[in-house]
Amino acid sequence: MTLSNAVELQEVAHRMRKSVVRMAAGKGEGYVGQGLQMADLMAVLFRSEMNWKPEPGDDPEADRFVLSTGHYSIGLWSAFAELGLLGEDDLDSYGEDGSRIIMSTERGGGVEGVELTGGSLGHGLGVGVGIALGRQLRGHSGRTFVYLTDGEVQEGSTWESAMLASYKQLDRLVAVIDVNRVQADGPLVLEVEPVSEKLRAFGWWAEDVDGNDIGEILAGFEAAAKVDDRPKALVCHTEMGSGVPLILNRERNHFVRVAAHEWDAVKSEVEEP
Amino acid sequence: MTAPTQTVPNPEAIAEEARKAGPFARALDGYAERHEDVIGVTADLSKTTDMNLFRERFPERFINVGMAEQSLVSVASGLEMAGYRPIATTFAVFLTRRALDFVAMQISLHSANVTVVGGLGGLCSTFGPSHQGIDDIAHMRALPNFVVLDPCDPVEMEQATVAALEHEGPVYLRQLLGKEPVVLDRDTHKFEIGKAVRLREGSDLGIVASSIMVKHALDAAEQLAAEGIQASVLKVSTPKPFDGDAVAELMAECGALVTAENHLLAGGLFSCVSEALALRGLGGRVVPVGMRDEYGSFGTLEYNKVQHGMETKSVLAAARAALDEPSPR
Repeated sequence: MTLSNAVELQEVAHRMRKSVVRMAAGKGEGYVGQGLQMADLMAVLFRSEMNWKPEPGDDPEADRFVLSTGHYSIGLWSAFAELGLLGEDDLDSYGEDGSRIIMSTERGGGVEGVELTGGSLGHGLGVGVGIALGRQLRGHSGRTFVYLTDGEVQEGSTWESAMLASYKQLDRLVAVIDVNRVQADGPLVLEVEPVSEKLRAFGWWAEDVDGNDIGEILAGFEAAAKVDDRPKALVCHTEMGSGVPLILNRERNHFVRVAAHEWDAVKSEVEEP
Repeated sequence: MTAPTQTVPNPEAIAEEARKAGPFARALDGYAERHEDVIGVTADLSKTTDMNLFRERFPERFINVGMAEQSLVSVASGLEMAGYRPIATTFAVFLTRRALDFVAMQISLHSANVTVVGGLGGLCSTFGPSHQGIDDIAHMRALPNFVVLDPCDPVEMEQATVAALEHEGPVYLRQLLGKEPVVLDRDTHKFEIGKAVRLREGSDLGIVASSIMVKHALDAAEQLAAEGIQASVLKVSTPKPFDGDAVAELMAECGALVTAENHLLAGGLFSCVSEALALRGLGGRVVPVGMRDEYGSFGTLEYNKVQHGMETKSVLAAARAALDEPSPR
């Protein structure tokens, strides 16, 4: 069921955050900060914006979703759980040896709906451009969404793809760029802003929104839907750990380590909408 | 600033490109005519990878991504996900050095039905190390799921192109442009993925050869025959999957081998042969001809062959070394 009500979507995001914490809890590691920061965007994408199904086949109207940032799989699994595609046992196996609920993404890795093999960054936009280009040639009305993050804006391949996308007028390509201003070595080691201005210079429509504000996200997609002559990007400013103060406030929260005794506190801190 | 939408074929341009078409272009043309899902992608190297005929014949199925090899590979992978059967071309060096991570993650790992074509394999470029793909087979053969094809002449190039497109799964096709000497009989040769073929029989020595070195191997065998030495020539055009049994059989018959390849010895034919023999516990000497831990030079192919010991006389010298001392010291 598609939701357009911000209050309902906040409840969805809340459930997703609980899934994220459930996955990460007790593991001492895992991308809990990123999973939490993504929840509002994933809630809107999977419960409101996209006409998505795990096996799109040749459906000309289906939207496709490419998660470029492999280690953000935790957010994807939480969305799949929300859609009933994964159960609690699946979530509990996150990152464990032999589990298909891996800490990255793998096409053909045993989870329906995973389009892209992630892990190596800067791959998603190019593959998304290929999908969108093929579908444009075939006259499909469905859109192709690519979720990428600010670190990937530093990859040259992202810009190769951005240039091609506007040249080919891929108006059914929508990039969701999650800017949390943190990368592997800490706070952005190479400034990426102004992301939206750069994209506009590359021939895209781009708008900045607060990626942890469901109302702003909905408005952003609504504005994007009115553009029909170029690829579109929502540059979404997010905060790692959003929705759980303890995680949010951790200084070192890339690949966050939470002591075993702290997980109960984290679970109780998942903020109600 | 939008893409030109040329979708109507131009008969004059087609006729012009058909005249210039090499074996790859001819094979692709026939195959694409019969298979509407074939889509061609290149990265600003349409002319030099023999894609111009395809471009003119099927403008709606031709995509030029610009000078961007990572994009080339990603887009090809995405096109497959959108229902197409992509064939992507660039030079071997750019595909296998610059874009290798993309080839591995977006084609090899999930075994996508994508054919990637590398032009200027070996020493075939006059433009020096940046353009000479002397290491492409080593890179591509190391990627799981990939089939690697290295045709030996224009006849085989045409057949291998069709075989690559018919194959289910990723294929690396090392391109020849058609100016190479013909060694195979168009009417009787039938290319088969994974099958090495004896082009000459003799039990004194075995020469295992690939690519343009097959011609030199045959010429060397001819000269050896004049001296009363009978050499077999085994042509290997599929580095992967490698026909190790054919090599083992040859070693069992001859007791010593020569390999001749247009590639670095590391990771190429010499490696394939050595691995196959080691796996089967077979001894006997293997004397290689090919690039030795060095880059090629600026200049013609003929010049490069002299500089890097890849002439008929190099094969002859290797043959004599193998015959003089067939067993390992």
